[in-house]
Amino acid sequence: MAELQTAPAGASNGQKLLTWVDNRFPLSKLYNDHMAQYYAPKNFNVWYVFGSLAMFVLVNQLLTGVFLTMQYKPDAAKAFASVEYIMRDVPWGWLVRYMHSTGASAFFIVVYLHMFRGLLYGSYRTPRELVWLFGCGIFLCLMAEAFMGYLLPWGQMSYWGAQVIVNLFSAVPFIGPDLALLIRGDYVVGDATLNRFFAFHVIAVPLVLLGLVVAHLIALHEVGSNNPDGIEIKSTKNDKTGLPLDGIPFHPFYSVHDIFASSVFLFIFSAVVFFAPEGGGYFLEPNNFIEANPLKTPPHIAPVWYFTPFYSMLRATTDLMVNVLAVVLGVSAALAILRGGFKSMGKIVIAVAAVAAVFLLKNLDAKFWGVVVMGAAVVVLFFVPWLDHSPARSIRYRPTWHRYFFVVFVIFFVVLGYLGSQPPSAAGNYVSQVGTLVYFGFFLLMPWWSRMGTFKPVPSRVVFEAH
Amino acid sequence: MKKLLLSLLAACSVTLTALPAVAEEGYPWDKFPQSKMTDMAALQNGAKVFVNYCLGCHSASYMRYNRMHDIGLTDDEIKKNLLFATDKVGDTMHIALDPKEAKDWFGTAPPDLSVVARSRAEPGKGSGADYLYTLWRTFYRDETKPTGWNNLTFPDIAMPHALWQLQGQRRAVFVDEKNPHEPEKSERRFAGFEQVSAGTMSEREYNETVGDLVAYLQWMGEPAQGKRVRIGVGVLIFLGILILFTWRLNAAYWKNVE
Repeated sequence: MAELQTAPAGASNGQKLLTWVDNRFPLSKLYNDHMAQYYAPKNFNVWYVFGSLAMFVLVNQLLTGVFLTMQYKPDAAKAFASVEYIMRDVPWGWLVRYMHSTGASAFFIVVYLHMFRGLLYGSYRTPRELVWLFGCGIFLCLMAEAFMGYLLPWGQMSYWGAQVIVNLFSAVPFIGPDLALLIRGDYVVGDATLNRFFAFHVIAVPLVLLGLVVAHLIALHEVGSNNPDGIEIKSTKNDKTGLPLDGIPFHPFYSVHDIFASSVFLFIFSAVVFFAPEGGGYFLEPNNFIEANPLKTPPHIAPVWYFTPFYSMLRATTDLMVNVLAVVLGVSAALAILRGGFKSMGKIVIAVAAVAAVFLLKNLDAKFWGVVVMGAAVVVLFFVPWLDHSPARSIRYRPTWHRYFFVVFVIFFVVLGYLGSQPPSAAGNYVSQVGTLVYFGFFLLMPWWSRMGTFKPVPSRVVFEAH
Repeated sequence: MKKLLLSLLAACSVTLTALPAVAEEGYPWDKFPQSKMTDMAALQNGAKVFVNYCLGCHSASYMRYNRMHDIGLTDDEIKKNLLFATDKVGDTMHIALDPKEAKDWFGTAPPDLSVVARSRAEPGKGSGADYLYTLWRTFYRDETKPTGWNNLTFPDIAMPHALWQLQGQRRAVFVDEKNPHEPEKSERRFAGFEQVSAGTMSEREYNETVGDLVAYLQWMGEPAQGKRVRIGVGVLIFLGILILFTWRLNAAYWKNVE
């Protein structure tokens, strides 16, 4: 029997209750370890609010989602009508619906900015690789969650967007058609698809998402946060207290900081929810106000805005692009053999692999390679901790021209996104192909470009101005 | 280094110029007078026009009659003026037209209009209300069509001009023009309407009526929109004050950090 602590003499009832709980559940310990005694760097800037904002939006989605599930009917014949019922006849249903749809777009805006902060300041570097990997897992789950959630209103765009994307899976060699059948539950998107997507969207993926978020935070708290200067605050500790000199307790400093950030976020979020819930046609698409009609294909099918950069890359992978990729692969293999410093066995393996890859590139449908490129665009993120070879973690101490690389990357990402929402065109196709190469070049060539240039001296203490 | 930057800039400018100006060809849409959305009389008139001219073929099965309280009508007024014989004021605006028969008669079943104003928006061209406002003022007589009517905004529309008695019958004048850039090709250009027979309304009255109808359709697409905007103002004011407080609270704590 463990030794139970007793509350000090004359303790209040609250303190006695807390002691009772602490004897059975590490409540005070958790509070101290993760809030009151968790030391975070004091030099966080605005890029550091997006993590807590992401959690805020997650809670929003879960709560509004619960209320929507009370009235929504996951039946192909009733789904569209049930959403309109929520919008019209359920008291405040329109508000819950708009909060959920705006929240979905807000989630992606916040998460993209959160990930970009990671790239800027090297937050994925040792010892934070797992934080990054869990985060990439969250991103993948988020994409699945959003994709399945978008089918649920059962509008024209919902139906046909799902039809297009699920059909892509049938391009996988050998198992493709069976895989697509498994996902759809039928030979075309229909009631079976709606029901299983509902089950995944409401419980399966949210459970995985919550688990990954918890893992993400545990991994973060284990090693402590990075900061805009990219230096380890735990390297300089106070001799007496053992606390990092450049750290401050999360509570109350970052709790009030994040509350301020949340109120600003809520202002922008509410402005959209109450004054422009359709988001200019990007958050709630006009075509989705027409009930799904399997017999009537819309003239223009495009995924929701947050998927458009990846959709662009998929569309850019034409037969011509596959040839370009084959050439790039061949050149990379040749460089690896000639300059890579591999042993003769390694060189042979590389040569054989390259020949096999080029053979497959030329003989499998470009449509399949489009799917591969789209998937690879997300998967490449998982490898960033090992692709970045920069001596300095943070962009602040890297050569100035590295910033232009980031700017170009962002510009092309946004352009790819815009092009993905438009109907295909010859010029758009060409720019998407350039954009795809820029996107992959940014990551896959990182082992080389991140090392180049004159780096600035990294300080030993954080750069902080009292305010 | 400079070359790299210049080539990157060149890539960006190519990108921008390559952005396809894919403006959907078609008749340009007029702007729907948004001021009608806060005009109860206009919305009520629009409800009247909708019930009298549209409900014969088009259902609005997500719209409940008694929601019209929000545009200033009482149950009594709805019952006396807007309900067909067997409808109750709490019913939705469904109709008796069999979709199969409708397909036989018109070639396609008339769509439900509950959210038509939300579904017709096109970025670059205008909102759904703009589309509807233009649609209802560009019908013209066309003997080659089964219904005898065609429309500039929605070419080869299957719907006849349900409001023809109000607007009268008009003919569209097309001229063949030589394209200055390609002299061999000639293009048909719309050159104006010609009134064939008068309607019961003047052009101005008819435009107002169409405006009222479209206002009603836009309201019907989202009956909560008025409430949404009103509450939104209050919410943003509240959040503005909250931001002020949280900002100063944050500053108060951080003043002590060196």
